[in-house]
Amino acid sequence: MKKALIALAVIIIICAGWFAMKPASGPSANADTIKIGVYLPITGGNAVGGGLELDGVNLAYEEQKEVLGKKIELIVVDNKSDKVEAANAVKRLISKEKVNAIVGTYGSSLAMAGGDVAEKNGIPMVGTSCTNPMVTQGKKYSFRVAFIDPFQGAGASQYALDELKAKTAACLIEVTTDYSVGLASFFEDHFTKNGGKIVAKLNYQSGDQDFTAQLTEIISKNPDVLYIPANFAEAAIIMRQARELGAKFEILGGDATDNPEIVKIAGKACEGYSFTTFAYAPEMPEMNETQKAFTESWKKLYKDKLPNALAACGYDAYSIIIDAIKRAGSAEPEKIQEALAKTVDFPGVTGKTTINATHDAEKSIGIMRIVGGERKFYKVVDPK
Amino acid sequence: MSFAMFIQHVFNALSLGSLYGLIAIGYTMVYGILRLINFAHGDIFMVSTYIVLFCVTLFHLPWGVAVLVTIAGTALFGVVIDRIAYRPLRSAPRISALISAIGVSFFIENICIVLFTGVPRSMDSVRNELLVRTIKLGSVSITPLAVFVPVCSFLLVAGLMWMLYKTKPGLAMRAISKDIETTRLMGVKVDSIIALTFAIGSGLAAAAGIMWGMRYPQINPFMGVMPGFKAFIAAVFGGIGSVQGAMAGGLILGFVEIMIVAFFPELSGYRDAFAFVLLILVLFVRPTGLFGEELEDKI
Amino acid sequence: MDRTKKLSLNLGCITLLAAFLFLADRCFDSYVVQVINLIAVNAILAVSLNLIYGFTGMFSLGHAGFMAIGAYVCAMLILPAAQKQAMYILKPCIWPFSVMHAPFFAAVLLGGFAAALAGLLIALPVLRLGGDYLGIATLGFAEIIRVIFTNTTSITNGSLGLKGIPAYANLGWNYFWCILTFYTIIKLLSSNFGNTLRAIRDDEVAAKAMGINTYKAKAISFAIGAFFAGVGGALQGSLITTIDPKMFNFQLTYNILMFVVVGGLGSITGSLAGAVIITILLEWLRFVESTIYIGSFEIHGVPGMRMVIFSIILLFIILRKREGIIGGYEFSWESLYGFINRKKEGK
Repeated sequence: MKKALIALAVIIIICAGWFAMKPASGPSANADTIKIGVYLPITGGNAVGGGLELDGVNLAYEEQKEVLGKKIELIVVDNKSDKVEAANAVKRLISKEKVNAIVGTYGSSLAMAGGDVAEKNGIPMVGTSCTNPMVTQGKKYSFRVAFIDPFQGAGASQYALDELKAKTAACLIEVTTDYSVGLASFFEDHFTKNGGKIVAKLNYQSGDQDFTAQLTEIISKNPDVLYIPANFAEAAIIMRQARELGAKFEILGGDATDNPEIVKIAGKACEGYSFTTFAYAPEMPEMNETQKAFTESWKKLYKDKLPNALAACGYDAYSIIIDAIKRAGSAEPEKIQEALAKTVDFPGVTGKTTINATHDAEKSIGIMRIVGGERKFYKVVDPK
Repeated sequence: MSFAMFIQHVFNALSLGSLYGLIAIGYTMVYGILRLINFAHGDIFMVSTYIVLFCVTLFHLPWGVAVLVTIAGTALFGVVIDRIAYRPLRSAPRISALISAIGVSFFIENICIVLFTGVPRSMDSVRNELLVRTIKLGSVSITPLAVFVPVCSFLLVAGLMWMLYKTKPGLAMRAISKDIETTRLMGVKVDSIIALTFAIGSGLAAAAGIMWGMRYPQINPFMGVMPGFKAFIAAVFGGIGSVQGAMAGGLILGFVEIMIVAFFPELSGYRDAFAFVLLILVLFVRPTGLFGEELEDKI
Repeated sequence: MDRTKKLSLNLGCITLLAAFLFLADRCFDSYVVQVINLIAVNAILAVSLNLIYGFTGMFSLGHAGFMAIGAYVCAMLILPAAQKQAMYILKPCIWPFSVMHAPFFAAVLLGGFAAALAGLLIALPVLRLGGDYLGIATLGFAEIIRVIFTNTTSITNGSLGLKGIPAYANLGWNYFWCILTFYTIIKLLSSNFGNTLRAIRDDEVAAKAMGINTYKAKAISFAIGAFFAGVGGALQGSLITTIDPKMFNFQLTYNILMFVVVGGLGSITGSLAGAVIITILLEWLRFVESTIYIGSFEIHGVPGMRMVIFSIILLFIILRKREGIIGGYEFSWESLYGFINRKKEGK
């Protein structure tokens, strides 16, 4: 009996000792490779967005495989569109792979779960298209190349007021999703402050497919514009049902609907649909040099895919880290963090990017419209 | 609320409710016979939408043929699930079969992610143009689909009722749900009848899946979770084990969901909670649901 | 085997565990530590459900709801007031929720009590329902709790959830609560009350006929289970530092049910084994989704494959060993002693 216990104790101590011997070193500046971690939703509900962004990151990596004379190693992990997995993914990147900096992710709640871990370990993280203000709130190591939701909601409202000449608006909100609830609230704030009126505000739950009750109610209120900050699949179904019920109003959405699939699902119903997104599209007029270069190299690498704004975000997130490493002259996480915070007018594909005091990107908002079944770049908006 | 609007809501509720009802029948039949909550039923429903999509886009089958192939294929799928995951556990504690059902549900969802990725797909190609164009009746907008779905559902249920009460296999099914052992002693091939039950339940889920896909033309591997869950509520609501109860439960649930939003728009965020509050109230007043018979517990 | 000997063995084991945790905290990377933490929390959740279902025979699917209550109460109590103010960007947090504060231990305890209270409130009406109907009603209550938490934005911050919860739940706290849970439930089950519960599980009518107040006993068991579910939720919230209502959906309850049934219904050892095995299995299986190198040969991971393999293993276990891995077996020092002695004699 005693012997068994002693044996058990010895085994445990040996195991622990073995782990103790393992050098627990962080990323060192002297290693011959610089590791950049990427965590994106490759599977799960956000897989489409994550996949597009990964294309962008990969393109940027293909273009810049070296910095400061050292090779860069790109390590991609899937966060499976799940918050717990996102935290695990970042933990893995930091403690197992010992990355110097992290790119990611699509989806604000995922970015927040991952950002907490990065913050604890002091590894800088650059968000791609996560737009919720709380992602970088009070965090030293979290940055992003995306604009934030208050800005996006205001942009949508500005567009509704100026271009669509809307006086009244309705919101249809996915009440279980922070993205949707946040955007709708910021839209409402800006819209009412600038003389508009919200005539109806209705909710639905994640997983709902039937919106006829909400839409019938909204149609009876006859708003000029319907704002649907939804994911693309839901947005497409909402538009279908709205048009089937005879809705005549304009429909407006957010960057989560910036996805080619939306036309396939919504068909004719999405004609005229407009949405706020990052200010890049392959067909936009007046491209700057960065945008032209991005479009060119995209066409070389991905022959059968169209360049898009989400991919541009992924591309920018990676590039801005490399830029920071260059300016810092070092790949130490601490130095990267300092350089990132000082980014001014970085020529990104999604517009000139300046990182402000809250570590968010200040940049213009693009408006896209669906015309003739194609997503067309409409104009750039700077909300007041 | 204007009268036209109310009529519009009624149509909306009818088509949503009858779809819930069709899915609920699968739950209720399996439960009636095996006392098993078949958690994989929502996923069977999901698989049927993929089958019909591939029938149309990949194999270019005509619409009618695709529908028949889908119903047959999904029925077979249901039987296979029963054979592999439930039949070996007939004599085991019921909880084992329940966990097995959860395992099957995980498996189906994730194998679909592996095979078809998690990206939502458009069901546009399966939609029949005749069924989706909008018809204006005064200020009420109706698509033929909104009439087609309830009519079709009622015909299917009527057919099922005929089968249950007028045919030999139907009689055997009802006998099994009363007493499985005695029925076996009477010389009924219990396993075949159970397989038939799964086939019918899954076939009806496929019919619901096709109509669901036409009405809400977006499918993904997790689309079965919520409708499955709601249909399950509907089945309990109507009295689990009873086919007409399941259909009635589905319709009531559809009406509750739509009318909550219609009459109390500001409470639309609480919609799912209302369904449950109502369910719990029904369970208190009539623990076996609206149409349910007293079932002795087999725990 | 006498009591002092058993006590010293138990204490020895706890000391060993403490030493192991201490070393783990120092030496293992944070990923491994997280897994070890998760095991403790999952074990608490598994054993609390096992008390309700495995030992009292009440089919409850309400665990996610109790966890949500525990997690929210605890998180609201340990979040600093300033952070709450910054986080509630849609609607300001209303008094007294905006200012309430408590130390971690008290917060977890209060989270547990809040869940127990909810459990009691739910139990009083629904325990009259039997079998599956009880399961459905409790599932309904859990969903109602989730919907309410989603919509009461000025209290729970709605779907935005609570972020940046102080990560107090380290190895020490988690295992302290884990041991406390196991100790309490083992003590409870070996008391006369434990026999009462088992009697109710095996034959409620007979138990009633024996003069047992089955209703009261069931309600108490349900509340205690809910208490520890709340504790588990509170620890989980602090462990992963962010919670939102969506996390606490019915899938979460299924997961816990899985720990219990795969481990062995009605066995404390089983719950522990189930939690350890499934948690480790789920983490270990991650390798199938990452790229594997065999020499210069590269195999790309297939997304979604991990859960496919997991569900196949789960099905295999349940089809092969329907009583669970441990079955009805319960670990005790006596049986270990007997086992070792038999081995010796065999030699």
